[in-house]
Formats: sequence, C-alpha cells, structure tokens
Amino acid sequence: MAEVAYETVDTEVLVIGAGGAGMRGAIAAADAGARVLVVCKSLLGKAHTVMAEGGMAAALANVAPLDSWEVHFADTMKGGKLINDWRMALIHAREAPERVLELERWGAIFDRTPSGHIHQRPFGAHTYPRLAHIGDRTGLELIRSLQDKMVHTPNVQVHMETTVVKILTRDGRVAGALAYRRTDGQLIVYRARAILLATGGGGRIYRVTSNSWECTGDGTALAYEAGAQLRDCEMVQFHPTGMVWPPGVRGILVTESVRGEGGILRNKDGERFMERYDPERMELSSRDVVARAINAEVLAGRGTPHGGAYLYINHKSPEYIKRKLPSMYEQFLHLAKVDITREPMEVAPTIHYFMGGVKVEAETGATTLPGLYAAGEVASGLHGANRLGGNSLTDLLVFGKRAGDAAGAYALDHQGPLQVEEAEVRRAIEDLLGPLSRSDGENPYQLQGALQDVCTQYAPIIRDEQGLRTGLDRVLELTERARRCGTGGSNGRSFNPGWHTAKDLQNMLVNAEALFRSALERRESRGAHARSDYPDLDPELEKVNMVVERKEDGMACFPVEHDPIPEEMMAIINKKHEKYIPEELR
Amino acid sequence: MEGGTVNVSVFRGDAAGGEMVTYPVPLQEGMVVLDAVLWIQANLAPDLAVRWNCKAAKCGSCSAEINGFPRLMCKSPIEEYGEAVEVRPMQTFPVIRDLVTDVSWNYRVNEQIPPFTPSEQDLMDPEPWRMQQEDVDRIIEFRKCIECFLCQDVCHVLRNHGKFDSYVGPRFFIRMASLEMHPRDVADRRPLLKGRAGVGLCNITKCCTEVCPEHIHITDNAIIPLKERMDDLYFDPIRFLGRKLTGR
Repeated sequence: MAEVAYETVDTEVLVIGAGGAGMRGAIAAADAGARVLVVCKSLLGKAHTVMAEGGMAAALANVAPLDSWEVHFADTMKGGKLINDWRMALIHAREAPERVLELERWGAIFDRTPSGHIHQRPFGAHTYPRLAHIGDRTGLELIRSLQDKMVHTPNVQVHMETTVVKILTRDGRVAGALAYRRTDGQLIVYRARAILLATGGGGRIYRVTSNSWECTGDGTALAYEAGAQLRDCEMVQFHPTGMVWPPGVRGILVTESVRGEGGILRNKDGERFMERYDPERMELSSRDVVARAINAEVLAGRGTPHGGAYLYINHKSPEYIKRKLPSMYEQFLHLAKVDITREPMEVAPTIHYFMGGVKVEAETGATTLPGLYAAGEVASGLHGANRLGGNSLTDLLVFGKRAGDAAGAYALDHQGPLQVEEAEVRRAIEDLLGPLSRSDGENPYQLQGALQDVCTQYAPIIRDEQGLRTGLDRVLELTERARRCGTGGSNGRSFNPGWHTAKDLQNMLVNAEALFRSALERRESRGAHARSDYPDLDPELEKVNMVVERKEDGMACFPVEHDPIPEEMMAIINKKHEKYIPEELR
Repeated sequence: MEGGTVNVSVFRGDAAGGEMVTYPVPLQEGMVVLDAVLWIQANLAPDLAVRWNCKAAKCGSCSAEINGFPRLMCKSPIEEYGEAVEVRPMQTFPVIRDLVTDVSWNYRVNEQIPPFTPSEQDLMDPEPWRMQQEDVDRIIEFRKCIECFLCQDVCHVLRNHGKFDSYVGPRFFIRMASLEMHPRDVADRRPLLKGRAGVGLCNITKCCTEVCPEHIHITDNAIIPLKERMDDLYFDPIRFLGRKLTGR
C-alpha cells in the first residue's frame, strides 16, 4: 500500500468523547493548566448524555432533611450488591452535591421547592427523594450547561465528528491516538501526554436498546487494545421500561421518573405484580429487580399483547403529567399514538447501561496504562453489579472532574517532546483502511446485526452456561469474519457510514467478547447478572471483580479480589434509616 | 400497512451536485422516515450518509426536508406521506454528502454569545442560590431546544437572503433569551442583539415556530421580547430626546 498521508495535531490532554464526563473533564484539565483538545464522534451537544431524563442524584437534603452522603453511599453500595469500588461510591456520595451546585452556577436550571431550593424527586432504590431535575430533560440541561462553559474555557479546542481508532503508546505509556475525520475521511495523528476516555457505553451490541447510534463501546475497546484492564463486563443493565410498540420505537427509553412520580405497573390481568417481587419498594425497587419482574410476568403468560407490562400514570392530572413528564407525553403521543394522560404505556426491559468498563483508580480515574484516564460509563467501579437511576449524571460530574484534574496534572508532570512510533501509526492506518480495499468483503451492517442477535439471544436477562458458551463461540466466529469485512459498497473516505460501521463493529465485538467471558466466569446471580444455573448469591464471589486483559493468545478473564470494605463503612451500609413520608401525608 | 412497500427518494450527492435516487422500502408498523433511511443504508446503499443519534427526538441530529418540509426524520411517521416520500438535506447549509450538511456556522455563532454571567456577589455567595419556580418556568421552554437547526433552515433571512454575517437566526435568539431572562444573569447582550445578532431583521413570519419539533414559541416568547428589550435601549423616545438635547 502506498504511504497514506495524515495530519499531526499536538495537544497536552486529549479528551475522547464530549458527553458529560468528557466536557467536565476537559474543563478540569484546562483549569489545571493543560492545553486540551476534545474529539467527539458526533456534533457537539448530541452525546448520549442528552437522553438522560430523570435527574442527577445528590444528597442535597432539600426535600428530605434526613438525607446525607452516608445514606446515598449506602444506597449505591446496596444497589451494586457490594462489588462496587467502595472508595468510588464514597467519593461520589460526598462530592455530588457540590458538583450539582457548581453546575447551577454555570447556568443550569432546576425545578425548585416552594422555598426556592433545588427540587429533588424520588427514584428507584434511593431511600430519600434525591434527584435534582428539570422536568424530564435533565441530561440535555447538563450537556448545554457544560457545552456553554467549555466553549468559553480558554485552552479547550473541539474537533467534532472525528473518530479515534487507536491509542498509540510509547515506552509503556500513552503517546497519542490515530483518528479519522468523518466528513472527509482525513486521517489525524494526535500527539498527547495524557488521554481521558469518556466514550460512554456499548449498548448497541444488543438489538433492543435505549442507546444512541454512537454507543458502540469504543473506549472500552481502545483501552483493551492498548493494554489496559477492564472490569465487571458481565454487568449490563436492562432498564425495566423501554417502549415496546410499534416495532420502530422498540427499546426507546421510558424514564424511571414515570415511576418516581407515582407510576404503577400492572400485568395484562390488571394485577399490580410488583407486590410479589418487592412489596416494600414496589415500582421503585432497583432496576435489576423490576426488569426481572416484568420479564417473569411475560414468560408466565401475563404480558401485554406485545410482550411487556402496562405502566399507568393517568391517575395524575393531565397538567401535572405534562409539566413533570413533558417529553414522555410527547414521545408517546407522536411515536405510539398513545395519550399517557388517559391510557397506560406498554413497556418492557431494554438494554440501557454498562456498569462494567475500564478499570480505574477511585481517586483519579487512572487506568492501568500510564497516561490513560477514564470517566463516566466507559469506566467501572462506582455502580458495581447494578446502577441506581440518577447516579450516572453525578458520576459524570464527580469523576469527570477528578479524571480531568489528574490527566491535566499528569500532562504537566510529563513534559518533553511529543513522539509517537511511526511503525505503530502505519500498522493502525493499514487496519483502518482495510475494509476500503476489500470490495468483495462482507457487509458490515449485516455482521453488526448478527452480533446484536447473538447478544440478545445468548446474554439475556436470565443467562446460563450453555447459552453463554454458544454466544462466546458465535462472537469469536463473527470477529474472524469482521477482520475480513468490507464497507458493503463504495470505497470513498468522505462521510462513508459503511466504512465507519466496519470499524465500530470491531469495538462492539471486543465488548461482546468481554461480556460473555466475564459472564461465564461469574457463577452466581448478583445484581444485573442473573443465571438460571446459579440462581443464588455466592458470598465468596462478593469479594471479587471479573477482570479482562489482553494476553499474547487473546482475551483473558480472571477474578481479582478487591479491597475489603472497612468495618466502619459496612456499619454505614447496614444502618437502618427512617422512612421518608412526604409532607402532605404527615 | 404491514407487507407493503413505500418508495423513498433520497438525495445522493455532494457539494458538486447530485440526484434523487429512489429505493423501495418494505413497510413496518410504526415506521418513521429515519427507519426507512437506515434500512436503505443497511440493505441497499451502505455509503448513504446521514446523521442520527438517539432516534427519540432528543438529540436533534436527523434534520432533513421531507417532501419539502423541514422535520426530524425520527419523528416523522412514514404513513403520513402515502406511497412516495422525498428526503432532501437542509437547504440553508452547504451539503457535505447526501443528507449531511455543514452546520459548523452555528457553532461559530454560539461562541460569539456572551455566556451565562452571574453577578460578583452571587458568585461569591457561599449559600446555595434560591430561585422561584416561576422564574425557572419563564426560561424552561427555551432550554428545551435540541439544536436541530430546523428553525435556522426555514428562516428566510438565512435561507433566501443569506445574511450569515449580520444575523444569528432563531436558534440563537432562543439562546440569548434564555440567558437574558435567567434570574441570576447580569450580562447585557443588547448591543449584540442590535449589531451582529441582527434581531431587527426578523420580520415575524413565525416559520421557525412552525417547524420547531419542541414546540417552542420562538417568535412570541423569545424574539419579540428581545426586540422590545433592544428597543428599550436604542429607541426609547425619552432617551432619544435626551440624546438629542445633550448631543451624546
């Protein structure tokens, strides 16, 4: 192949991804004194964060004065079934309020209490009303506020619609990254001292998902290929309530705020079935429990005509629904021709969130590869085996800032010439351009569809050994085929989605392989990971995380013992708390 | 409608030109135009360039002109169009390829708008800010904007008159209104409104309001109040008289 030209762009901290974590990290790294360049796959402001609806969890104690960081910490740990990194849960619970108030000072607006404080709504498995929110569009508010702050922060530059395909290393640490610009196919080598990964999750490896087009697990795959360790990849969250009908909208999220605002789940016989699964917390149980409950109702023949459950909110007044759940009202009216102020919604579980991802240090977001940092959904540890609603948005702010601080400081500590290995760049370019030269190669969309079917069929809500083995074999077979795939058609480099998909597919396959290998290794049921052949919790497995690492002969997965939770922390977790009773009922 | 076929014509081409290409697409219940375009991409034309992200009308990526009307493809049920659908890129922005246009002008304009600016006193206040719900309600509508740029696409000041250097378009009037009406913001954007932003060029045809997928009352609630705010400063008859008398 003739030498293909590329541009070289130098920076100190390269941030990959411009969702909440990436933008908060970029602001922090620039504040630390580093030059920052943000690259994102889409246009700025379109990141998957905008889809977050319910709110951001922080123990501000504005609605329930009994709330405190201790209770938030305990809720997060219990929700994660104790395999969370307790230090991350601690930092998160302590710093979330400060980050939310900071965002307000950057221009974000929130719904208010009568006394003028930030209002907080109840949410699944949170002991007290804790989610700061603005209607059901909190993610969009977070993105716009950060976007406005970031574009006016000196020393931050943004390259939109640019996809990173390889992290380059030199002497065992980060040296830069190879990327292509989507619009014209131009190749770019970024030389950088530190990289902050903030690429989000990989929900698109499933057929039915609430995730955006972009969520192809890029960061997890980039880190893995560069030699960093992954953790908890078996922990994939099914959100209990996705849209079911019509088929074109299957999987689109129905916010948990519907249940937070008093929504009730019923099966086709009109029974409020959560009474049988969690009589204490009912609809506001943790997501893993509610998702399995709906799944069980459908399997028992008590599902709705399209295989889900009914979600009612029409006992609230139309005005209240339109004010508190405006985008849900719109979404159902337009896409499903259902008026939720009069009729129930039909809902079923949809793939929503990856608790697992790159293994990071709690305080700094540092991965096991020097110079590489990660924050947000691409990182792992905070949520353990199951994420609580609302914890994701404050995760982005708390750990985006911490990882940005650390990446900025690392960059300033590691001055000297910026250098990448030319041979590594050439190999990466050859890989990247491969599909363009294989005119008879397989269609990448079809391979992607096949992968989605494999994950959907063999790594569902309830898993077993045989299914997981079959799934892993299929993924490995698809990985082979993907290595030889083409673009499905034209070989131009200017905005060619066939080519883009061929590359995204490889990332998705790494994520899927890590999922199947980790799920096979965890022989128990814990949080989001449920197995029919091992239906119970195994106390021994509470002490470990499944870790994935790249070895000479391929992907290895093995259990690694985590730091034991100190006694004083266990005491906080096990403490009983007074139940919250809303003022009007007191 | 299950089992039927719909003919979807899509613009294929780039800045140098192109043509409408028609693809037969099998119908599915509840299908939206974006589903059809993605089906074409996966099955008939893998290099068909299109922007999309959430497919739930929350990100504002999949803007296009469907049978001549600016809409989000993810929010446009195909059954509304009968047997033939024509999908073109937004006409106000330069086409890059197929349905993808160069909207970078909007991002440059946004950078010129002074960001949220609280008073020194508010910034230093160690206590959390208090605000009333009614103050929040006044701007919540503007914060719904998903930056699909359909209002920019349809606005004749940009579309027909190309005033990209002297007018910022409805999207950024919404942005400025949300900042100007924020209870804690103290920046004065009136000189910008009169100058570079060119709010005076809007002649209230309300096309922007009509195409807004978030149903924001752009003209009534953002542009007209901004025009009034600017007029207060520059066209106040008492101040006008004062300026005449003092010669300042």
